[in-house]
Amino acid sequence: MTTTTAPHHADAPTAEHVHDAHDAHEQSFFTKYLWSTDHKVIGFQYMITGLLMAIIGGYMAYGFRMQLAWPGEWIPGVGFLSSGRYNAFITTHGTVMIFWFAMPVLIAAFGNWLIPLMTGCDDMAFPRINRLSYQVFLISAVVLIGSFFVDGGAFGGAWTAYPPLSSKATMNLTPLGSTLWVVAVALEFVAFLLGGINFITTAMNARAPGMSMMNIPIVVWMIVVASILFMVSVGPLVAGAAMLVFDQQLGTHFFDPGQGGDPILWQHLFWFFGHPEVYVVLLPAMGICAEIITCNARKKFFGYKTLIYTVFATGIISFFVWAHHQFVAGIDPRMANVFTITTLIISIPIAEMLFLFIATLAGGQIRLNVPMLWALSFVAEFLLGGVTGIFLGASGSDIYFHDTYFVIAHFHYTFVPIAVIACFAGFTHWIPKMTGRMMNETIGKLHFWFTIIGFNLVFLPLFITGAWGDHRRIYNYDHFPDLTNAAMQDLRIASTVGLLIMIAAQGFFVWNLLWTWLKGPPAGDNPWQATTLEWATTSPPGHGNFHPMPTVYRGPYEYSVPGAAADFTPQHLPPA
Amino acid sequence: MSFAKPIATLRTSAGLPTGRLALWWLLASEVVIFGGLLASYVMQRLGHPEWAYDAEHTNVWFGAGNTIILLTSSLSAVLAHQAAQTGDGKKAARYLWLTIGGAAWFLVNKAIEWSGEISHGFTITKSGFWSFYYTAAGLHGLHVIAGATAMAIVALDAAKNKELQRVEYVGIYWHLVDVIWIFLFPLLYIAK
Amino acid sequence: MISHAVDQVSTFAKDIDVLILLICGLVGFWFFVAEGVLFFLVFKYRAKEGGKAAYIDGTDPKHTRFISWPHRLILLCDVVIVVAAVRVWVEVKQTMPTPDQTVRVVSQQWSWSFQHPGPDNKLDTADDIKTLDELHVVAGQTVQFELVSQDVIHSFSVPVFRLKQDAIPGRVIKGWFKTTQTGSYDIQCAEICGIGHGAMVGTIVIEQPERYAEWVAGHAPVAALATPAPK
Repeated sequence: MTTTTAPHHADAPTAEHVHDAHDAHEQSFFTKYLWSTDHKVIGFQYMITGLLMAIIGGYMAYGFRMQLAWPGEWIPGVGFLSSGRYNAFITTHGTVMIFWFAMPVLIAAFGNWLIPLMTGCDDMAFPRINRLSYQVFLISAVVLIGSFFVDGGAFGGAWTAYPPLSSKATMNLTPLGSTLWVVAVALEFVAFLLGGINFITTAMNARAPGMSMMNIPIVVWMIVVASILFMVSVGPLVAGAAMLVFDQQLGTHFFDPGQGGDPILWQHLFWFFGHPEVYVVLLPAMGICAEIITCNARKKFFGYKTLIYTVFATGIISFFVWAHHQFVAGIDPRMANVFTITTLIISIPIAEMLFLFIATLAGGQIRLNVPMLWALSFVAEFLLGGVTGIFLGASGSDIYFHDTYFVIAHFHYTFVPIAVIACFAGFTHWIPKMTGRMMNETIGKLHFWFTIIGFNLVFLPLFITGAWGDHRRIYNYDHFPDLTNAAMQDLRIASTVGLLIMIAAQGFFVWNLLWTWLKGPPAGDNPWQATTLEWATTSPPGHGNFHPMPTVYRGPYEYSVPGAAADFTPQHLPPA
Repeated sequence: MSFAKPIATLRTSAGLPTGRLALWWLLASEVVIFGGLLASYVMQRLGHPEWAYDAEHTNVWFGAGNTIILLTSSLSAVLAHQAAQTGDGKKAARYLWLTIGGAAWFLVNKAIEWSGEISHGFTITKSGFWSFYYTAAGLHGLHVIAGATAMAIVALDAAKNKELQRVEYVGIYWHLVDVIWIFLFPLLYIAK
Repeated sequence: MISHAVDQVSTFAKDIDVLILLICGLVGFWFFVAEGVLFFLVFKYRAKEGGKAAYIDGTDPKHTRFISWPHRLILLCDVVIVVAAVRVWVEVKQTMPTPDQTVRVVSQQWSWSFQHPGPDNKLDTADDIKTLDELHVVAGQTVQFELVSQDVIHSFSVPVFRLKQDAIPGRVIKGWFKTTQTGSYDIQCAEICGIGHGAMVGTIVIEQPERYAEWVAGHAPVAALATPAPK
């Protein structure tokens, strides 16, 4: 702790100077917040954009859940939801939540905040490419939102965009919306390729002296592996996106079966990316929770190297499981057997990771503060998402469960812990560092419990409606005699009520943000008594992050070291 | 706008310059894009023997000529790198402009070749083969343009003896553009 | 569990339900064990005044066995599930019992049409019966279906059969089912196919042979009206 006080004083005069004198050196609002190359500012840009996009995705969810609970009724704030609008809503919800919420927040925002701070350097290796990445990302978001306002409306062929539905305007009835959708997704890919190269290069090459590969904090490892997975898996889909746009706008026949094309080709390109993509967002989420759990259990991570190896194993196996999304899609049925085996194999490293998280708790001194509650609930909830995946990875039972609400419940039990729970875990853990102010614990706990209760109420009933035969992407079940009964409708209403609770719970989050902004007590350099490098500098870190630049002497999780005076030994502290 | 390089850019924990490291990752991302496209093409081609009829209408002479142009331009990129290593920025820039000249010649050839094909009715919508032909070669053409633009920027700096390490990086990138064409040429022109 | 709400009307429906129960038992066990251990540890090791956490790096075999044994047991469970799943899959999707009847299922935006073989029990003959949104089959018979699509991808799903198969334009995909009881049930489209997807419903009517024969007699086209063979 003593080492961090000196830079604090050294930095303070500069800050005051900028504040007092409106001299020529002061950066304008534009250069400081919108045109900045500082990784912390870009992290905030991604975080804020991601959370705003989550509001859009949540609004879509509100619209279609209300329609499903009370079909055909007028929905406050949405109006009547026709089948075409319903399809546009579900498509945009899926696309936004994965590409414009989970990825920017978990990879880009936390990657930008944490990689330079945790590896002890002053910025990203390529600050201007970093800025470009955010700008391309912002354009992609604008294009996607714009697609709602063109002739024919937004694309409604689901986030998987299977052709020929997605490729032929005569069939999807959204001639411009479908192209704008592909263009937006492709631009988002470009943004994350640029960002990913930056993350990988920075973590590989710009680490503080003394930080060996096995001294890197888990979350940095996870974001880097996720970026590599993304880069390798997305290539074929970038080519696929070009082919799809050509089919839509030039009239080529890549996916047109009538003219020698093959619609299944798109499914292979899409899922070859789509399945690794799950791990692209899962790994950073797990990394965030690993940091928080070790810190708040006051314990070393149980089996750091084992975890890194299981991450590699997961990454590699994830490239050989994609066709489990296509068991009943008309592929050669013999392929299903191969992919059942690979899919069940991937359960081993994932189970291993969760066991390591749980084992880390044994023998700890667990502080149940707000970030820790979020991180523990990530493990608890993700377990259910993980085990229900077995039903879908096993070919025989997938025949029945494919494209039912069971699938929806399953992957929301993975994606909500990933994108919502881990996001709040990381947010509440690191916002004291990024803003210099503590959040309110009581409001934070209210936010946590209401969100968790709402979340479970949304998706537990959907396992049942799915098992009872509810298909996905149906705007009104009244058309299906077998699905029109009071018991199933009650479950659908329960799910919608859960969503309303979950949305209302975010009021606590907004309240907490305002409280933190107006009344939050100063955080100090290291409010959680954590060991990693970002806590060695001021909160918020000044320009250049560290003064002087830190040197690393030990691994990232030296908590409760026998014989040490404090129960944490920071990485940058020289050995006595 | 002045821009000071951060410490992060200058560190080399992995033992090689940051720029070269990033470049290799960039190449990896390009390889999977073309890999996906060409794998799709090969799979479709195997399922459609009738595409051989379309492939006969490609112009092998143009293809072969462009292969030679690209290979030669790669040579001048190597010479630029050598000059940059000895610190002769002016010479490096001259070789880079020569490489850009090769890129321009390649694109002019491509334009002539494509106009001929399109005027004979072999448009992108003619058949699956032509869809892949124009998409793959077009995407490669975009990389030629991007590579040439990058080389022009680097050449302007190199002539002033600035950022000479970048001469090597654009050279490596240019080799990738070259290698991709080495895959495209037999797959699109020679396989009948 | 599922049969409680959705009848089992095909011969393989029961096998799929048994498989689902088996997976439920195995993953349910692991789920509750893991959650139990998680909550137990959080409770037992909650921060106490003056307490100190243990220093364990997780490389000592004394500790790692708590991970590695569950690990091996999960592998064993995986093998059991793979074998069970593949057995069911092979039965449903990779075998083709000799059919008593073959029907053609045509999907289009946004309805189902069906081509029944008619009195001569052969497809693509003049006496074929074509219907919209209603498929008639005989209880207890093995039916082969030829699934085609006119436009986009649809999916032929009959929940009471536990059967689902995508229809791909440009391909003919064959499958089978053997019904076990009479009744009429939903045929649903299970792949998004445009704005009418939510209303793309059909009915499968499973009848006793006599009733089916009556239906055929009442609907068979006049033999003189030759039906053009489909492309």
